[in-house]
Parts: sequence; C-alpha cells; structure tokens
Amino acid sequence: MGKFRGVDFYDVDSLLSEEERAVRDTVRSWIDERLMPIIGEHYVEGRFPKQLIPQMAELGLFGANLPEEYGCAGLNNVAYGLIMQELERGDSGVRSFASVQGALVMYPIYAFGSDEQKRRWLPRMAAGEVIGCFGLTEPDYGSNPGGMITVAKETKDGWMLNGAKMWITNGSTAQAAIVWAKTGALDDVNSIRGFIVPTDTKGFSAKDQKGKLSLRASDTSELVLQEVCVPKDALLPKSSGLKSPLMCLTQARYGIAWGAVGAAMACYDEAVSYAKNRLMFGRPIGGFQLQQARLAEMLTEITKAQLLCLQLGRLKDQGKATPQQVSLAKRNNVSIATDVARETRRLLGANGILAEYQAMRHLANLESVYTYEGTHDVHTLILGQEITGLNAFN
Amino acid sequence: MKIAVCIKRVPDSETRVKIAADGKSLDEAGVKFILNPYDEFAVEEALRLKEKAGTGEVVVIALGPPAAQETIRTALAMGADRGVLLQIQGLHPDGLETAKALAAELRDAACDLILFGKMAIDDYNHQVGPMVAELLDLPCVTTVAHLEIAGGKGTAEREIEGGVEVVEFPLPAVLTTDKGLNEPRYPALKGIMAAKKKPLDVKPTAPGPGALEILSLTPPPERQAGKIVGEGSAAVSELVRLLREEAKVL
Ligand SMILES: Cc1cc2nc3c(=O)[nH]c(=O)nc-3n(C[C@H](O)[C@H](O)[C@H](O)COP(=O)(O)OP(=O)(O)OC[C@H]3O[C@@H](n4cnc5c(N)ncnc54)[C@H](O)[C@@H]3O)c2cc1C
Ligand SMILES: Cc1cc2nc3c(=O)[nH]c(=O)nc-3n(C[C@H](O)[C@H](O)[C@H](O)COP(=O)(O)OP(=O)(O)OC[C@H]3O[C@@H](n4cnc5c(N)ncnc54)[C@H](O)[C@@H]3O)c2cc1C
Repeated sequence: MGKFRGVDFYDVDSLLSEEERAVRDTVRSWIDERLMPIIGEHYVEGRFPKQLIPQMAELGLFGANLPEEYGCAGLNNVAYGLIMQELERGDSGVRSFASVQGALVMYPIYAFGSDEQKRRWLPRMAAGEVIGCFGLTEPDYGSNPGGMITVAKETKDGWMLNGAKMWITNGSTAQAAIVWAKTGALDDVNSIRGFIVPTDTKGFSAKDQKGKLSLRASDTSELVLQEVCVPKDALLPKSSGLKSPLMCLTQARYGIAWGAVGAAMACYDEAVSYAKNRLMFGRPIGGFQLQQARLAEMLTEITKAQLLCLQLGRLKDQGKATPQQVSLAKRNNVSIATDVARETRRLLGANGILAEYQAMRHLANLESVYTYEGTHDVHTLILGQEITGLNAFN
Repeated sequence: MKIAVCIKRVPDSETRVKIAADGKSLDEAGVKFILNPYDEFAVEEALRLKEKAGTGEVVVIALGPPAAQETIRTALAMGADRGVLLQIQGLHPDGLETAKALAAELRDAACDLILFGKMAIDDYNHQVGPMVAELLDLPCVTTVAHLEIAGGKGTAEREIEGGVEVVEFPLPAVLTTDKGLNEPRYPALKGIMAAKKKPLDVKPTAPGPGALEILSLTPPPERQAGKIVGEGSAAVSELVRLLREEAKVL
C-alpha cells in the first residue's frame, strides 16, 4: 500500500497553518507505516493493537489539545481534529481509543478535577502509562443517560459505588475508570457526579463484550461495580449534574466529526484507485457513468464535511462553538462517511467484502460510530430542539 | 559535541511532478515538498549522538528558497536545536556552488561532525557532501551505514559491493549517510510546537552562476501497456518469438 495523500478538492490545505499541516502529516505517515500493515489482521482477530500505545503516547496523541503543563502537546482544536481524522483514516477503533483517553478521561479530570488530581493523573495519561475509560452508558440507559441507576453513597471516609456500565470502550484495558453515578435520589439528574475509580479497586470488574461485528479492533466492555469503595478524593469536585458528562461528550463528538472525514477519505481513495484499475467489459469501471456518479457523490460530501469541520474547529478555538453545532457536524459527517464506505464497498464488487481492502471494515466500524456519542437520531432531536425550541425527546 | 546537518527541501517521491513551461524546471504547483529522506538519517544520527553524549548542539543548515524554512522546522521538530537557511531566490545552484555556500557557513562553525544525506532524491547528484569536505579540507566518509564515535575519532561502516568496508577517521569530519544507518523518529507533536520557538537564522545568499546549466528536462517515455501472450507452456514459443522479433532482446 502506498502513502496516503488525502483528499483535498478545494485546497482546504491552504486554510491550515504550517504546524497544523505538520501535525497532520506526522500522524498520517505514522498510520501508513505502523497501523496499515497490521490493522486488517487485528480487526479479523478482534484485537486492539495495544503494542502501539507507547508510540501513540510518544507522538503526543493523548489529550493533545490540553496544556503542556500536564505533559500534553497543547495543540489548538484544529490540529487536534486533524489527529482524529488521520487516526480514523486508519481505523475507527484506534481513533476511539485516543478519543476516550483524551476527550472522555483526561478532559473531565482537566475540567472538573482538583489541582492535585490533575497533577496526579494527567501526565501519566498523556504518557500512556495510565489508560482510562469512561463509564456513562448503562444496560438500560443509553440515549437517556440521565436515567442512570448507578449510585454513589457517601461513607465515613469516601464513597461507595454500586451499579453497572455497558459498552465501555477501553473498559478491560483501563487502569482508571471515570464513572458517572447519582449521589442523590434516582430521579435527581443534578446529583450526577464523576469519580476516578482505579480498576483494581475491590468490587470493580470488567468483562469484554463478545460477538461484535463492528469496531473489532477496539476493546468494548461491561463494567460491574459492586460495593466499590474509593477515597474522598476520587470525586471530581467540579462535576455537577448531567451537564458534566455531556460536556465531555461534546469534546469527543467534536473529534468524531473529524474522524469520520478520515474514514470517508480512506474509502474514497480506495474507490478511486479501484475504479481506475479494475477492468470489466474491457475498460476501467471508473469509465462507466454509474461508478462516476458514485465517486462524484463521495467527493462532494467529503469536501463539504471537511469545510464543516474546519470552521467548527476555528469556532472552537475562539471559544464560540456550541454543542448544537458539534451535533450537526457529528450527525452529518458520520452519516456521509457511512454512505461513502458503503458505496466504496459496493464499487469494489466481491473484493469489497474482504479485510484486505478497507471499505467493509470502515463501514462496519462507522455503524458503531453512528450509534455512540449520541445516536444519529439523538442529534436530530438536539437540532430539532435548537431550531424549534420544542423538546421532542420525551 | 557540535554537529551540523545539511538538509535539502525536495519534492515528495510520491508526487507526480510536471515540467514547467520553461522546459528546464519543475512546476511546483500542487507539489508536496519534504525533507530529503537521506537527510532524515543524518538528522536522526546527529540527534542520537547528542543524546548519547548528553550534551552538545545540533544545527541544521539548508540552502534553498524561503519555503525551505518549513523543511528546517521539520528537523527542529525532530529535535535539532537551531536552524540556518541560506536563502536563495529561484532555482537551486549546481552542486559546487551549493557546496561553496555551505562551506562558507561551516568554515568557522567549529563543528565536530558535519553530516549530509548521501544524495538528494531530486537530482541524485551525490556531490555536495564530498565537495564541502574538500573545500574545508576535512576527511570525508560517504554512504555511512553504521557509525561509532568515541575518544575523538570515529568508525564508520559502508556497504560496498559484496561486503562491508570499515573506515576509521579523525574528527572533525564530513559524513554522508545511507539508508540502514538508523530509523528516523517521527517529530512528536510537542516537538512541532516547540519548533516554532527555536532559532532559525535566515541569511540571504547569492551563489555564483556555476558551471553547470540545465538545458532541458524531459519525462521518461510513457510506458507501453503490457501484453499477455498466453498461458502455460503453449505460450513459450510465441513469447520467444516476440522477444526476438519485437523486443529484439534475444
Ligand atoms: C462500540 C461502542 C462503544 C461505546 N463506548 C462507550 C463508552 O466508552 N462509554 C459509554 O458510556 N458508552 C459507550 N457506548 C454506548 C453508546 O453511547 C450507546 O450505545 C448510545 O448512547 C445509544 O444507547 P443504546 O445503545 O442504549 O441505544 P438506545 O438508547 O436504546 O437507542 C435505541 C434506538 O432508539 C433510538 N432512540 C432513543 N431515544 C429516542 C428518542 N427519544 N426518540 C427517537 N429515537 C430514540 C436511538 O436513536 C436508537 O436508534 C458505546 C457504544 C458502542 C456501540
Ligand atoms: C460471498 C460471495 C460469493 C460468491 N459466490 C459465487 C459463486 O458461487 N459462483 C460464482 O460464479 N460467483 C460467485 N461470486 C462472485 C459474484 O457473482 C461476483 O462478485 C459479481 O458478479 C461481481 O463481480 P466482481 O466482484 O468481479 O465485480 P466487478 O464486476 O469487478 O464489479 C465492480 C463494480 O463495477 C460495477 N460494474 C461492473 N460493470 C459495470 C458496467 N458495465 N457499468 C457500470 N458498473 C459496472 C459493479 O456493479 C461493481 O460495483 C460470489 C461473490 C461473493 C462476494
């Protein structure tokens, strides 16, 4: 496989700074050289490529938009987005790993943690020495996390947690879990607080989710917390109510909007080269109008998604991006990426079903991405509420 | 240990280059430029030597257009301490003029080692390193594939036809680096941010006209489509006939 050269029909590159391009190019060649040769095999075997964690840390991929004083790269949000794009160009599982570590674990410690917690956890997480996971979803509460029934009761010298979390990325790999639990009555969403729970604490267990046909190169696990006792300083002091985990989701969704563009570009690139090289009826299939229509559609949607991300990133860097704008980008980009992956799969004929090619792997992955971090439907409702002022959730 | 590494901005080998309207230069529009891959080995080796010594300085020097600042910053992002751009306007001068400009910059720099890639992947000249050595009257070892520095002298291994040549040399010296010497690191993201803040001296340079003039550039002829003459042993006689009569290689 040659070097990936990206897709840039509108010279979007010229809107990036030299550092932003340098960051993108570094991650791009790392993915080319270190992930692409092994991802097909890992995917089929259902293994996250753990051996890459130290390299990812050394490159500075974890929490890359958090400040340098905590051992992070201190990048702007556009550069951060470009990292997510390039990681997901490789595989959504690898991007998920970095998203969880940075946006769902390091970010809440940074945003809601005490100085002591930040100093204790962030540098080791940036260095990949401590891997984290984010436990919000429960078996019976997915799109409606406010309904959660995991509880934390204050004890004499700390907190005791009880409950279960489901679909937790990095759950079996993590040394530390950010667990969201109600500290008050079950109908009180304002009592939701975040806790840093070391996964070797007594009563904590994680079980790998078996039988996944999507995100196979990613660890997805169920967490069970049975009378898990943690000290007082496990509580994230500035977390308060459902809006705290939702703020984390906004960070991660932002990265996903970029990541989806990466997956779409990988598929488009594959589609173009296949269309030019595959001869059928005596000519390249790229010479048939039907396939050209596919490719034209893909390029159009990718180009729109790129511009969407870039402007969203610039707004975020100015502190002006709203959660609803992030919802629009996540919703649109994941949806078009799924379409691009599916059309590429189809354009490749029978080859399109093989792990040797990328399209089917991306397509299967993107079905998870479509569902997690707020399903496509949920983002529709968020936008609907933003537009009309009317809540259609319940 | 003070080490200078001379680096060049070259078109990415994956880029399809077009010849400009003048017929003697490249059309740079849409071409991605990179740090010459052989120079990456030199930068990496310099960084490793400095890290091993625990002290020292790695200076990268490029002769090139203003945009070569970006190439220098790639090396700074990898970990080099500072950069110097001998800035020219227009096309690169020939090998000797390049070497003269670099030698002038290096003459009083008091380096222990001066490293080059063995060649630049755009013009394949293999010249500049040895020329600089000659101009500075320093020993020169080319195409180094393994290097040890200890006690004020160095030992280098060169892969030559059918074997390995081991060369011992005193410092200071000029070396050109070959593939296999090391595996260049990726510039870490923090390094990319730090590179912005490292010193980069831009020195306008006007090399002489040189003795070499490029008269024209032409792309290699388009490759003809291949032909499958058949399968199995039945095809052999036809293949032999074509190799004899059409390709005229038998
Ligand atoms: C691979 C993977 C990794 C994950 N990683 C994590 C993680 O690390 N941490 C974590 O906390 N969670 C994680 N999740 C969970 C994910 O966030 C949830 O799956 C998601 O929120 C949807 O919840 P659910 O699966 O329970 O679906 P449900 O909420 O049961 O939704 C089922 C369907 O109903 C629709 N629906 C729901 N409510 C409404 C409504 N009001 N109106 C109309 N339609 C509605 C949904 O759109 C969906 O189509 C992960 C999921 C996957 C698949
Ligand atoms: C799981 C599986 C099992 C199979 N089992 C069998 C089997 O038992 N026996 C058997 O004989 N075959 C079998 N096949 C092969 C199957 O029938 C072929 O894959 C199918 O005919 C498509 O051929 P192809 O894969 O070579 O794709 P191609 O013909 O290369 O097509 C590639 C793309 O180009 C498009 N295309 C092709 N021609 C044109 C055109 N003129 N205009 C516009 N678009 C065009 C196609 O629609 C497709 O999108 C199987 C395939 C699979 C995936």
